[in-house]
Amino acid sequence: MKTRVFVSLKASVFDPQGRTIVEALQSMGYGSVSDVRQGKYFEVDVDTGSADEARALVSEVADKLLANPVIESYRVEVDE
Amino acid sequence: MKFAIIEFPGSNCDHDAYHAAKHVLGQQAAFVWHKDTGLAGADAVVLPGGFSYGDYLRTGAIARFSPVMETVRQFAAEGGPVIGICNGFQVLLEAGLLEGALLRNRRLKFLCQHVHVRVEQTDTPFTGGAQVGQVLSLPIAHGEGSYHTTAETLASLEANRQVIFRYCSQDGAMQDAANPNGSLAAVAGICNPERNVVGLMPHPERACESALGSEDGRVVLESVVAAVAA
Repeated sequence: MKTRVFVSLKASVFDPQGRTIVEALQSMGYGSVSDVRQGKYFEVDVDTGSADEARALVSEVADKLLANPVIESYRVEVDE
Repeated sequence: MKFAIIEFPGSNCDHDAYHAAKHVLGQQAAFVWHKDTGLAGADAVVLPGGFSYGDYLRTGAIARFSPVMETVRQFAAEGGPVIGICNGFQVLLEAGLLEGALLRNRRLKFLCQHVHVRVEQTDTPFTGGAQVGQVLSLPIAHGEGSYHTTAETLASLEANRQVIFRYCSQDGAMQDAANPNGSLAAVAGICNPERNVVGLMPHPERACESALGSEDGRVVLESVVAAVAA
């Protein structure tokens, strides 16, 4: 089962990289870009036929390793 | 006394800590490989600076799963003094032995310079020989040293006097310009509620000899020698 995990800094945490990217885009003339948040993307393959099982397992590893709950939140997608 | 200096793949301040402990302070020191599960009979543990596991995923995120960390956790739970310096601080935070997290420096630059830090609390094994308000000149060398935590956790750290070091000006004043990385509340180092585990971003072990530009870091290591002897 193929899953994807998107990890990003919580809204309350300043993201200096995202800020720098916004400023670069605005200086390139993309004035309508008002914010960018940079994050991490993981493709996690799980040996199971059950989407629920895959989601539960990947959420667990995201909690334990892929994301730091102090500063980051995450979202899991599973191929149905 | 004997220091155990933990070596992870990618540690690069392990020899600085060894040199300071053994050759400057004249104490015993032993390297402990991260796959070991003993601490060589040490009285204090140093998690040194560096780039454990190449800083993959997040700084300190992989090192916390090294076998030796369970032993360090147990040593800390029994009250043993543990200090994490720079990457060692990052490992202690990821391991949950200290609270909070370290973010990229606010201006995204890797900072390699001397800074001033103020000793805020002296009732830890690593600051017992210092004075409250004493200003130390210590080097920093990090890209991810901006301390962050929730408002609730910061309030509890402050209420329990767990902020041990803060960035300050040369005369000890708190000002934004003296905060090199944008740390919340200018936090440079904290301790756990039991006060025996301390983590900080600056490098006291690299500031133990005048030839290196500062001897101000000696008080940190000398404090733990005195604490162990007491």
